[in-house]
Amino acid sequence: MTGTPLKTFFAPDSRSTVAAEAEARPAPAITVRGLGVRFGSKLALSGVDMDFPTGRITALIGPSGCGKTTLLRSLNRLHDTTPGARVLGSVHLGDLDVYAPEINPTEIRARIGMVFQRPNPFPTLSIYDNVVSGLRLNGIRKKAILNDAAESALQSAALWDSVSHKLKTSAMRLSGGEQQRLCIARALAVEPDVLLMDEPTSALDPIATSRIETLLRALVKQVTIIIVTHNMQQAARVSDYCAFLMVEEDRVGHLVEEGLTLQIFSKPADPRTEEYVTGRIG
Amino acid sequence: MSAGYVTGGRDRRRLTRHLRLGDRAYRRVLQGFGVFVLVIFVAVGATLFIQAWPAFKHSGPGFVTGTTWDPSHAIYGAVPFIAGTLFTSAIGLALAIPIGIGAAIFLAEYAPRRISGALGMLVELLAAVPSVVYGLWGFLVLGPIFQNTIEPRLSWLPFAHGAPLPVGLLLAGVILAVMVLPTIVAVTRDLANAVPATSREAVFGLGGTRWQMVRTAVLPAIRTGVVGAVVLGLGRALGETMAVTFVIGNTNAVPNSLIAPAQTMASLIANEFTEATEPFHASALLGIAVLLLVIAVIVNALARLLVWSVSREVRETV
Amino acid sequence: MSVVAASQVDRRTLIRQSARKSHRRRQIAGVVAAALCGLGLCIALVPLISIVALTVSKGIAAWSVDFFTRLPTPAGIPGGGIVNALVGSLIIDGLAAVMALPVGFIVALFLAEHEGRLANTVRFVVDVAAGLPAITIGLFAYAIVVLPEGHFSALSASVALAVLMLPIAIRAGETAIRTVPQDLWEAGIALGIRRARVARSLVIVSALPGLVTASLLAISRAIGEAAPLLFTAIGSQVFATSLGQPMASLSLVVYFDGIQPYPDLQRTAWGTALTLLVIVMLLNVSSRLLARRMRRFTR
Repeated sequence: MTGTPLKTFFAPDSRSTVAAEAEARPAPAITVRGLGVRFGSKLALSGVDMDFPTGRITALIGPSGCGKTTLLRSLNRLHDTTPGARVLGSVHLGDLDVYAPEINPTEIRARIGMVFQRPNPFPTLSIYDNVVSGLRLNGIRKKAILNDAAESALQSAALWDSVSHKLKTSAMRLSGGEQQRLCIARALAVEPDVLLMDEPTSALDPIATSRIETLLRALVKQVTIIIVTHNMQQAARVSDYCAFLMVEEDRVGHLVEEGLTLQIFSKPADPRTEEYVTGRIG
Repeated sequence: MSAGYVTGGRDRRRLTRHLRLGDRAYRRVLQGFGVFVLVIFVAVGATLFIQAWPAFKHSGPGFVTGTTWDPSHAIYGAVPFIAGTLFTSAIGLALAIPIGIGAAIFLAEYAPRRISGALGMLVELLAAVPSVVYGLWGFLVLGPIFQNTIEPRLSWLPFAHGAPLPVGLLLAGVILAVMVLPTIVAVTRDLANAVPATSREAVFGLGGTRWQMVRTAVLPAIRTGVVGAVVLGLGRALGETMAVTFVIGNTNAVPNSLIAPAQTMASLIANEFTEATEPFHASALLGIAVLLLVIAVIVNALARLLVWSVSREVRETV
Repeated sequence: MSVVAASQVDRRTLIRQSARKSHRRRQIAGVVAAALCGLGLCIALVPLISIVALTVSKGIAAWSVDFFTRLPTPAGIPGGGIVNALVGSLIIDGLAAVMALPVGFIVALFLAEHEGRLANTVRFVVDVAAGLPAITIGLFAYAIVVLPEGHFSALSASVALAVLMLPIAIRAGETAIRTVPQDLWEAGIALGIRRARVARSLVIVSALPGLVTASLLAISRAIGEAAPLLFTAIGSQVFATSLGQPMASLSLVVYFDGIQPYPDLQRTAWGTALTLLVIVMLLNVSSRLLARRMRRFTR
């Protein structure tokens, strides 16, 4: 987000404008070239070339085992923390080479936030301490800054009104949906450029899921979002762009096609995509 | 834990209605054995107390407050041994807690998986080494090292005056530390390994370093369990007999120095019981056993309650 | 940057700076912490490895055919062995196992099968009893067997070790029985078999490997104990001919010979310590292997 010129900034909820945007795709927030991931001797993903447009929601879809979560986790170098995992190819955040030797993975992870499948607030910390934990981890101690950041992050996650009076209570007292929004607030508090979400609603009930989906449409005004989802309706509902990945008998996980969500769901270029979005495979 | 019950609630109610005579008898038999086990352990305490009663009556409250233990004059005060027991256990835990937790964290979080697995297995096996072997090693190997090398270099410490001996409070404490280390390491490592990946990744995802991950996601999650393990280790140290008896020095006085010879409750019993011919002497030693039993029961009950509360917490968060 | 509010941009810059500035400090803290933890591991391993290494080297030096086949000799006279202690340990522990394990496993069945106040009480008391000092249990056996009979005996030692083994047998047995799939119970009961029979024929049989593991653990714990034997078996230089007599045991030999100032007795102590160590390790490793095989089996 270093002054990238954004030609059009559309109202995110009016999805019809997205179709008109086809030629004016925003500059990429993250660029991926020749990306592959291997775990030990086993290749899980290979040859992914893709741009993730700034200020948009990009959904990664595909059947189980196609490598969409693996792709997501390679964007913020989370694979570095698992022994035996190796990332091939390149990832750029803006102009920054994410896998350059002089780059700290911790700095990348502070700039690219992440929300996980299951709500994972720190069970021993209060709501407030959960929200500001990322700031504290990054060396910020000043009370005033923490307070401001906590309020603004909880506002952004649509949680402020319901928890502002009980910030000191344990995060485990919240419902599952609230816990997941707390995790979103915790990620937002660090002011990331990009927010990665790994099936963030898979552990939630339909009402909590729909609240998170609404939230995502509001959030994309301030942060680029990349979301992995199992649920095609969800991808169709929330995303602007969509990427379809697949694993086949003779081929490890790879990108089949990507593009505007409307186009992927209405007239996909590849027959395999069509089969998947119409529910014939996966 | 209730999920593991062989019969669920509703099934059981339905079944109890259909219980036939044989089944009821079977149930009674099982209950009978349960009661039998309760009786045995209550009997342990009761028997010791009955045997100790003459000495309690003879010495009165002085039994727990007296600092003199002189069987030839029938004076029995337990303070020197309570002090010796508490000091040796305190030294043991003060050494074992930081070393053990550090070692466990290293195994769980830093060491390559293969090394961690092999060392972890080794440590678990060491937990099974009989305490009498620890005592033999302490007496024949560590004792001389303490006398010649370590204790002469400790004279600058407060409370470490006195002639270096191959026995004493500090040596006994160190042996206790070595003895409880495997347990603390094994339990802490298991607890750390059980911390879910999602908690760890929450820290990594926010830009935390590995150590920050350990501090934020691992240590708070395992805190109660580690305390439980430490308290269990304390129970073991308080009652340990053989390893301590080898190296404590058998001196029935309140220790005035870290390296002075002393006596613990357990080592006193081990040393004097077979030769206790003075009036009330054997009974007084059984009185010491009662005190030891009371302390051990309190410590172990505390540890159990802690461990139970942890397993309940874990169940709630899953 | 039209949509991102000004204060948010400030905060973002601040966070980025702070992250970068604190990075070095955080990295150093991490290296120091890892080094301290590694140091802890080294400090922990030195004495533990020293114990095993010295017991093995000094113990092997004491081992010989005579060592395992002859009776002990007084200090200064070479050629003594520990055969009476080896046999004594087997008798005392074997008898203790016979007394403790069946009772322990029946109680384990009770705990695995029943809920309610009695079961919870038993479970709690057993847990606490597992931590009782071994020497107090030795005194208990002294009071209920040695005192009435008027003499030390192998039988009293077995009673002490049985009380000591009971909590281990109960809790390990309960775990073993609980791993038996619930379907087995329900299948048996659905067939109209009486619960007692289901328990006996189906559950016990399929929990058998687990119960063997539990037995090995309990025996290995008991065989190393010396404190409960001090006032019961009390040790002996000869073969005991009945359970009513004092009897030698390996753990007592380690203690009584180890504290003597005579090098040849200390040698015997090391040799006996190694014998004990080998027995305990064999019991532990085999119970571990069995448990692992069982886990693979049930999966």
